[in-house]
Parts: sequence; C-alpha cells; structure tokens
Amino acid sequence: MRRRVPVSLILGAVITALILAVALLSFVWTPFPAEQIRVVARLRPPGPEHWLGTDHFGRDVLSMIMVGARNSLAVGAAAVALGAAVGVPLGLAAASWGHWGDEAVARLGDLLFAFPAVLTAILLTAVLGAGAVNVVLALGVFNAAVFARVTRGAAFSVWRREFVRAALALGRGPLSVTIIHVLPNVAGVVIVQATVLFAVAVLNEAALSYLGLGIQPPSPSWGKMLGDAQTFLFTAPLQAVFPGAAIALCVLGLNLLGDGLRDVLDPRHRSAPVI
Amino acid sequence: MLAFLVRRLLTLALTAWLATMVVFAVLEVVPGDPALLMLGTQAQPDTLAALRAQMGLDQPIPVRYLRWVGGLLTGDLGTSLTYARPVADLVAERLAITLPLAAMALVLSAVIAIPLGLTAASRHGRAGDWAVMAFGQVGIAVPSFWFAILLILGFSVKLGWFPAGGFPGWQAGAGPALKALLLPAVALALPEAAILARVTRSAALDTLREDYVRTAWAKGLRRRTVLIRHVLPNALIPVATILGLQCAFLIAGAVVVENVFTLPGLGRLLYQAIGQHDLIVVQSVVVLLAMSVVVVNALVDVAYAAIDPRPRVRT
Repeated sequence: MRRRVPVSLILGAVITALILAVALLSFVWTPFPAEQIRVVARLRPPGPEHWLGTDHFGRDVLSMIMVGARNSLAVGAAAVALGAAVGVPLGLAAASWGHWGDEAVARLGDLLFAFPAVLTAILLTAVLGAGAVNVVLALGVFNAAVFARVTRGAAFSVWRREFVRAALALGRGPLSVTIIHVLPNVAGVVIVQATVLFAVAVLNEAALSYLGLGIQPPSPSWGKMLGDAQTFLFTAPLQAVFPGAAIALCVLGLNLLGDGLRDVLDPRHRSAPVI
Repeated sequence: MLAFLVRRLLTLALTAWLATMVVFAVLEVVPGDPALLMLGTQAQPDTLAALRAQMGLDQPIPVRYLRWVGGLLTGDLGTSLTYARPVADLVAERLAITLPLAAMALVLSAVIAIPLGLTAASRHGRAGDWAVMAFGQVGIAVPSFWFAILLILGFSVKLGWFPAGGFPGWQAGAGPALKALLLPAVALALPEAAILARVTRSAALDTLREDYVRTAWAKGLRRRTVLIRHVLPNALIPVATILGLQCAFLIAGAVVVENVFTLPGLGRLLYQAIGQHDLIVVQSVVVLLAMSVVVVNALVDVAYAAIDPRPRVRT
C-alpha cells in the first residue's frame, strides 16, 4: 500500500522552494539594484514602479527582500552546516564511547544550552564586532549542542540493536560500526533536526540583524529592514509589514518541511521538535 | 530521589562554573587588552592605565578570574564604565522591568495555550483542531519582534490605546507600568503560546486515550468536566516542563523585544552596553542570564523528577 505524502511536507517544500527560487533569482535579476539609493523616491508606497514601495533611502523594497532571502538562507545554511559538522560527530562519539566520553559530551551540551543563541551572538559581538560571520559562529555553536544531543539519543538506540551487536561480534571496530551502521540510521533524525534548526537560525539571524548585530549594511537583510522601517511607522507603515512577512513565510515553510520530513523519515517521533 | 538531587546539584554547579569560565575567557582573555577594547585605540595612555588598574588587569589571569567570581558570589559586579555606578544596582533596577515582563509573558502564554491545546485535543481531526494547529505553526514562524512592531502599529499608531514604547516607572503607579508592559508581554508570549498549545494538544491527546478517561466519558460526565478534572492534571506534566524550559527563550526574546519597545530592562542594558563597549556590564549581565537559564533548567529537571520517577533512573 502506498503511503500518503503528508500535506505539511508538500506545503513546506513548495514554500521553501519558492523562497529558494527567489534567493537564486536575486543573483541574476532584481527589479532594481538592491543597494541603489534614490533619495527622490524615498518612502514611496507600493505601486506599478516599485511593487512593494521604497525605503527611507529610496531603495526598492522588493529587490531588498529578494537579496535579503539570499542572505538569510546563506547564514541559516552555514549555521546549520557548522552545527552539524561539530555536533553530529560529537553525538556519535558520545554514544560510541559511553560512560566518561558520553558524560563529557552531555556536560558540554548543558554548558552550550546555558547560552541561548542570541546571548552567544551578543557575547561574540562584544569582542569581535557585528557581522554575518559572527552570527554564523554564534548560531553554529548553539546548533552544535542541539545536533550533539539529538544524534547522541538516536545513536544510543541504534547501538542497542541486534545488527550492531552482530557487526561487533564479527570483529568490526567502533568507528567502522558507527560509520557503516549507526550513521545511516540516525541520518533521518539529523535531517529533520537540520530543517528545524534552519528555521530557528533564520529567525535568530533576523533578530540579530534587527538589533544591528547581524548582516551589516549596505547588504540588505530582513531583520535590518524591519529595524529601519520601525522608525517610519507613522509615515510608511507598510514598510514594516513586507520584510516580517518574508521572515514568517520562510520560517513557516521550513517548519512545515521539518514536520513533513519527520512524519516520513521518523514516524515514531511525531511530537514537537527539540527547538 | 536524594541521589538524583545531589547529582543534579553537582551538574548545576559544574555547568555554572564552566559558564563563568567561558564568559571570562571570551571577554577578558580573547580581546588581549579589554581596556583598549573598551576605550578604543584613540584613548589617552593615562586613561587606559587607570581603567587597567580599576579592572585589575595587571594581575595574573587566574587571580582576576577568582576575584571576579568572588565578586559575583558576594554581589559585587564591578562598576560600569558608562554609568559610573555599581553594576549590581543597574541590574537590580533593570530586573524590576524584565522580571515582571517575563512573568507576564509566561502567564499569558499559559493562559492562551492551555485552553487552546485542550480544545484542539477534544476536537481531534475537526476544524477546531486544525485551527489550533495552524495557530501553532504561524505563531512559531512569526518573529516576536515583528509581531511587536505590528502591535505598535495597530494599538499605538492606529488606535492610540497603548504607548509605542518607553516605561513610566513603577513610581507612576502599577496601572501605567503594567500598561506599558502589556504589548511587549503579548509579543513575547505569542511564540511561546504557539509551542505550548502544540505540546498541550499532544499531551492531552495521549491522556484522552487512557482507560480512566474512557470511564469518565462512560459515566456521562460533561466534556468540560472530563477535560478539566481528568485530562488537564495529567497533561500538565509535559506542559510544565516546556513552560520551564521556555524561560531561556523568554530571556533571549526579552533582549530583542525590550529594544523594540525601548523598555529600560536588562536586555536593553545589555544591548546598550555593547554599543558603549562597557564590557564590565556585558560580562555581568551575560553571566547572570546564563546562570538563570542553568538554574531554571535544573529546577525543571527536579520538578519533573518529583512528578515522574523515570528521569531519576540513569540510562
């Protein structure tokens, strides 16, 4: 019998693909150059020339949102990649070592969880200055803790399975068992978590850019656009609507995709994600 | 239970100690010369020397660390460079805004989420359930600071019911102060309520499948009675856990939302301290926030273990 594809998976994939397409399109085409300042056209409402209006520097909001999508996705992807590159091997190692190694990884996780991503980013910014690289670093550190914890839990249950015991009995070493048998069996959980953390990273990047600690001008970012728009709430209220809607749509798409993937790849765990 | 408590307390102490080491290392060791980072390269040599002496930078690193931790334990957090006031006083003043804000957000999220989650579970698979699930998805996706801006747009700019920002101070009376905190609390509560509604729904669905609930239905009890008297108490265990864990996210969220509403809370103090390169304030506030996360996580673990014995058994 064919399994039904979850609605959330379809909806999430469509929204995410749409955002990704917009981000990729921005490399070759935007209605106007996203960083082009035209003071004479400042704070224009949406119209035929500027579909979503212009900001206080006369920059085209639609073009900025398109380039902002590229920046948000790039930061999110980098933060997830960094987190996975550090956290997944740590989680696998913890499950493989057991006892002291596992204890050390668990305590490291506790320590990293003490610093919510925004707090870590603020800490790094205080020393290294604001910028996208520091945001990736801060979000990556937090993601690594989540990946390590999730991978460790999933890997533990795989280590108890009979085929793993059989492989050990046949003389395979822990490293070989981890790579050949454990890793493929935890991949589904890791992929689901990656999608969820991608969404969290997009939200946090936007928050940090809103505070001026993330992506730096003149490169557009959704969070910074919201920060700028707040100053002109009385004169151009719509400027505060579009970038926020873009963030919400992107996060919604990724969350739905994560939920859908969880149902397909990991049907035993249909509860809320770790984050 | 005692062994679990002792183990959890030791873990708490270890995590707290490591957290102080991380904050100290990042802010005092990594920059090389924190005084130079705070005052900038254009600073006069005598000003730099004075700050170095004030911060004790001529001491070896372990001595400085021990002095700082000793100060944390005794409530001496140093003196702010910008405000020229003890950091402990600044923190106490700002906590008088951040703590009520976080408490209001926590209460609001529970008040919104628990009835929604219960209603969704009792109407599983029907329109009400779908509506709550949709609220959950959208609520999680909407950034709290954007929601905050939309609230200002609607209730302050258009309707003029609430102030767009600022805080009149508690001395102006509880009414105006709470009014100034309401919109920020709603903005902070939305994502938390969305997560909590999903958790409540899931927990209530599990409880609704229990035999004793079936018995309650069979006795002919009203839906409201079954939900409140039989389902809610059992569903509250995971809900309380998540509610506790959300404190960490409330702290992070407060840093952003306080800035949207220009509320002079702890988050805004931290944000301004970064702009002013006041590392003494940044160091103290970050470590206090991290400590609060560690302590709340430990309290959640203990509360959970008191209710459910399984976590006490080490796996």
